[in-house]
Amino acid sequence: MANLKPVPSAREFDLSRDSLRQLNLYLHKHAVGEGISQIRVQHPDGAHSIACGLDADLDVQIHGHVGYYVAGMNQLATVTIHGNAGPGAAENMMSGRVHVKGFASTSAGASAHGGLLVIDGDASLRCGISLKGADIVVGGSVGSFSAFMAQAGRMVICGDAEDALGDSLYEAVIYVRGRVRSLGADARFEPMTDTDRAAVKGLLSLAGRSEDPGTFKRVASAKSLYHWHADANQEY
Amino acid sequence: MCGIVGLLVKKPSLRHQLGALMVPMLTGMTERGPDSAGLAVYTTPVPPGRRKLSLYSGEHPVDWSELLGRVRHAIAETHEIAAHGNQAVLTTAAEADQVVSWLKRHAPGVAVLSVGQSIDLYKDVGAPADIARRYRFSELHGTHLVGHTRMATESAVTPAHAHPFTAGRDFCLVHNGSLSNPHLVRKHLEPLGIEFETDNDTEAACRFFEWRLREGDDLEQAVERGFSQLDGFFTFLMGTDQELLIVRDAFACKPAVVAETDDYVAIASEFRSLAHLPDIGQASLFEPKPEEIYSWRI
Repeated sequence: MANLKPVPSAREFDLSRDSLRQLNLYLHKHAVGEGISQIRVQHPDGAHSIACGLDADLDVQIHGHVGYYVAGMNQLATVTIHGNAGPGAAENMMSGRVHVKGFASTSAGASAHGGLLVIDGDASLRCGISLKGADIVVGGSVGSFSAFMAQAGRMVICGDAEDALGDSLYEAVIYVRGRVRSLGADARFEPMTDTDRAAVKGLLSLAGRSEDPGTFKRVASAKSLYHWHADANQEY
Repeated sequence: MCGIVGLLVKKPSLRHQLGALMVPMLTGMTERGPDSAGLAVYTTPVPPGRRKLSLYSGEHPVDWSELLGRVRHAIAETHEIAAHGNQAVLTTAAEADQVVSWLKRHAPGVAVLSVGQSIDLYKDVGAPADIARRYRFSELHGTHLVGHTRMATESAVTPAHAHPFTAGRDFCLVHNGSLSNPHLVRKHLEPLGIEFETDNDTEAACRFFEWRLREGDDLEQAVERGFSQLDGFFTFLMGTDQELLIVRDAFACKPAVVAETDDYVAIASEFRSLAHLPDIGQASLFEPKPEEIYSWRI
């Protein structure tokens, strides 16, 4: 039998040479058909919308810092940023995994429905705002208004949280290890159960972290604002 | 939306590269601010007893040497002028206020963009790359600079509405964001004799801070006071002859990234304006936290 040439399974894009459009078009239309599952991106240099809207099981490794909306709307793909991310990383993610090795700017994981977002460094304000079912693990601290109006999903914060953590929470649950400067309206600390500790352990393990799950506090909705009571003179 | 850029070089040997390092920063912010751009650069100060005025003649060409002749005739002091098209720097031994009021009366087509000992100011409408070429930004030397690319949301697209705004001596400010109470601030300042040149919200902030500096605050104290007086969204980048300062509002809606090395401090709305800088891979990178004041001195 004739020797078969090895079929390449990886492809590299260099954004100092290749256009962002070329890269995203390739990820959307051609990678799967060509049997390519690993894509390496060099010199992202803060470009916006890198690897947005992916819908296949691709492994995208981005070497450098990225701008707005990296891996937004992600489905199935694994996107790793070996650097920092601009605003809206993994916003509206549906599934898959996005890993920011540096820090993430505002609104990381906003409205994400599913999948896992891992941020090794700090996340800025509004991390996980309007979270709708995804899991977020932040190795560092989060800025103010994180998990604002989060409806479903889980958020693990290994560091501290600034003001108004979990304001107007619905069913999402937050686990925080450090100091919380203030809780938002209707958010409250609740006792950690074995189920919570197991959930935190599982998420930390998925994120490649080793903090002791017993050192986290649970924050969830007190549900006093859960329904609007027109005749209760309700205040926010 | 707007773009801001700031650069302070720590090593005197880099001062001649200030403009060349900055131009890609400014043009990198074109998508955030395509309609106007401007720049304040802090240069070697003029000798004591002198001050310089950045002048701008807009679309109407001015014979700068003819103007210099008239200034010399009217005010018996030493005056020099260095012109680049519709922008010129007038260096004078006269009191700045005297020259400014003479220009207002006798050269109404000439706008005074800045007054000080170190500051040179350029601003105009058009694409940032065109403006950078028009005024040869890449050739600028100095210790630090404050730049801006504008996408107008609050007021008209004119050179006067472009940033940086200046007030007093050697002070400038650029702004990404929008203030919701500029008219209230103005109503407070005008009875104190502070005059406004435009209806722009950023001018209100600029004149507020400069008023506080004249009242004895240092820049950090003025900014602290601003937190309770200026309502709205802002990332402000400010310059004095000694200092570069950045501050973001409590909600940090408007982005900013700082890169610092042993050689420089570079600030931009987004990392993509910093990516070209030398040794950026080794720079310490961070986003200014809300309502925290970051400043660097030359």
